[in-house]
Amino acid sequence: MLEFLHTLTRNWDIFSRGFFTTLKLFLVGTVGSLAVGTLLTTMRVSPVPIARAFASGYVSIIRNTPLTLIFAFLVFAAPKLGLDIAFEPAAYLALTVYTAPFICDALISGINTVPVGQGEAARALGMTFGQVLYLIVLPQAFRSVVPPLISMLNAMLKNTTVAAGFSVVEAGAIQAYLSERGENQVYTLLWITLGFLCFVVPLIVLQRYLERKWAVVR
Amino acid sequence: MMSCRIVSLAFAGALAFTTVLGACGKKGDGNSESAGAQGTGDKCVSSGTKFEPASGVAIAASKTFERIKAASKVVVGVKADQPNLGYKDADGKRCGFDIEVAQLVASKLGVEPAKIEYKEIPSTNRETAIQGGEIDYYVGTYSITDQRKDKVGFAGPYFIAGQDLLVRKDEGSITGKDTLKGKKVCSATGSTPLQRVRKENLTDDANISEFKTYSECVSQLLDKKIDAVTTDDSILKGFAAQSPSKLKVVGQTFSTEKYGIGLPREDVAFRNAVDDIIENAAKDGTWKKIYDGTLGLSGSTATPPAVERY
Repeated sequence: MLEFLHTLTRNWDIFSRGFFTTLKLFLVGTVGSLAVGTLLTTMRVSPVPIARAFASGYVSIIRNTPLTLIFAFLVFAAPKLGLDIAFEPAAYLALTVYTAPFICDALISGINTVPVGQGEAARALGMTFGQVLYLIVLPQAFRSVVPPLISMLNAMLKNTTVAAGFSVVEAGAIQAYLSERGENQVYTLLWITLGFLCFVVPLIVLQRYLERKWAVVR
Repeated sequence: MMSCRIVSLAFAGALAFTTVLGACGKKGDGNSESAGAQGTGDKCVSSGTKFEPASGVAIAASKTFERIKAASKVVVGVKADQPNLGYKDADGKRCGFDIEVAQLVASKLGVEPAKIEYKEIPSTNRETAIQGGEIDYYVGTYSITDQRKDKVGFAGPYFIAGQDLLVRKDEGSITGKDTLKGKKVCSATGSTPLQRVRKENLTDDANISEFKTYSECVSQLLDKKIDAVTTDDSILKGFAAQSPSKLKVVGQTFSTEKYGIGLPREDVAFRNAVDDIIENAAKDGTWKKIYDGTLGLSGSTATPPAVERY
């Protein structure tokens, strides 16, 4: 038991550093993917055909691309094309680019739950496309897809560990460090699991809270 | 209109990506053609040492040897991404100093090279693989440390390496570890050389990058995204020998790593037998022959270290 605790205290430097980076990746990834996801959703329901085509093309291509490949493209292929992105920004970008299509898909299904009559009524009142979407439709769409959205953010949290393979020292890199320091691998992995639990539990609490607060009464 | 441009940009990007991948493959082929004078390239080059299986080998009270004998094959843990050290080329051929040491040990245990089953074990899983009996022994830049001795046994050392720096051929400002300030340094994720750079503050933390494999670091070095790759000189010399016209090893080591053959901790009889094999190979010149035909291609010389029994 003491040895288990010491695994954490002896290596606090790398644990704190790793999980702090994971937190940064998660927060930036959340904001980025929600923003880009909303933008994609806007494009998919917009009256502009080219925007619709681009958004659905983007969603179907990226949704079927492994995250590792997106990372590899940004880190290894981009420099060869003269595009130099630092490793941490590349990780933010990869996570955002990858997660946004899933957010978009969830939002589209959320939009489908909003009765068509509401949009028509809003247009009849003279609202523009943007006003209809952002004042009437999307707020309702968001609240009906809270559970899948939180699940996706949860999945993204775990996806942040891919960044360890691309020169970002986050929680996924801790195991390599501790193995090299000769620490017990089982204890190491248990601590990493506990660390991730610290992230997931608040996320679940948030989900419950939002579900209760935003419950759609029909 | 804007989105149209984005679409075409995305397509251009995808196209370029494929082109880059294609170009990489071609570059490798080009290198191997000029293997003799211009380094080994991506192709496997063997030292040409013949490993005849010994007959009538017996090791008393060794569980590992009994397992090898019963299976009439040996399972060896190796690395596959270290050119001229522990390497597997595109044709599936394995070669390098560590691979030939593994073949030497197998032949002296009475197993012919064709009966060796290679298993690529990442550094982080070495102890687990040896403890779990997944492999019979491990030969792959495995430094002997007291901490590891608590978990596994070590025969050897069979080679002494030290942390060094790999730089581009035209690099003039990096001459040793104290000239790294402000330079971008790369090594394997969490590896001891990397942790040393961070601990001794050889360069700013923001200048340190880390990848799963050294070949990824070397690729970054050639792309000029970083200035130096750091790890054991043995590994770096292997890469330098691949493309000596583009890369060089600085040659100022700042650590000592004793490479041992990892084997089950409790099997002392097996450990002693492997120690004997290493000692004899150093005496009869086999060690030198293996070295000269692999790592020695980089132009550096080395002598076999004395085996440390415990």
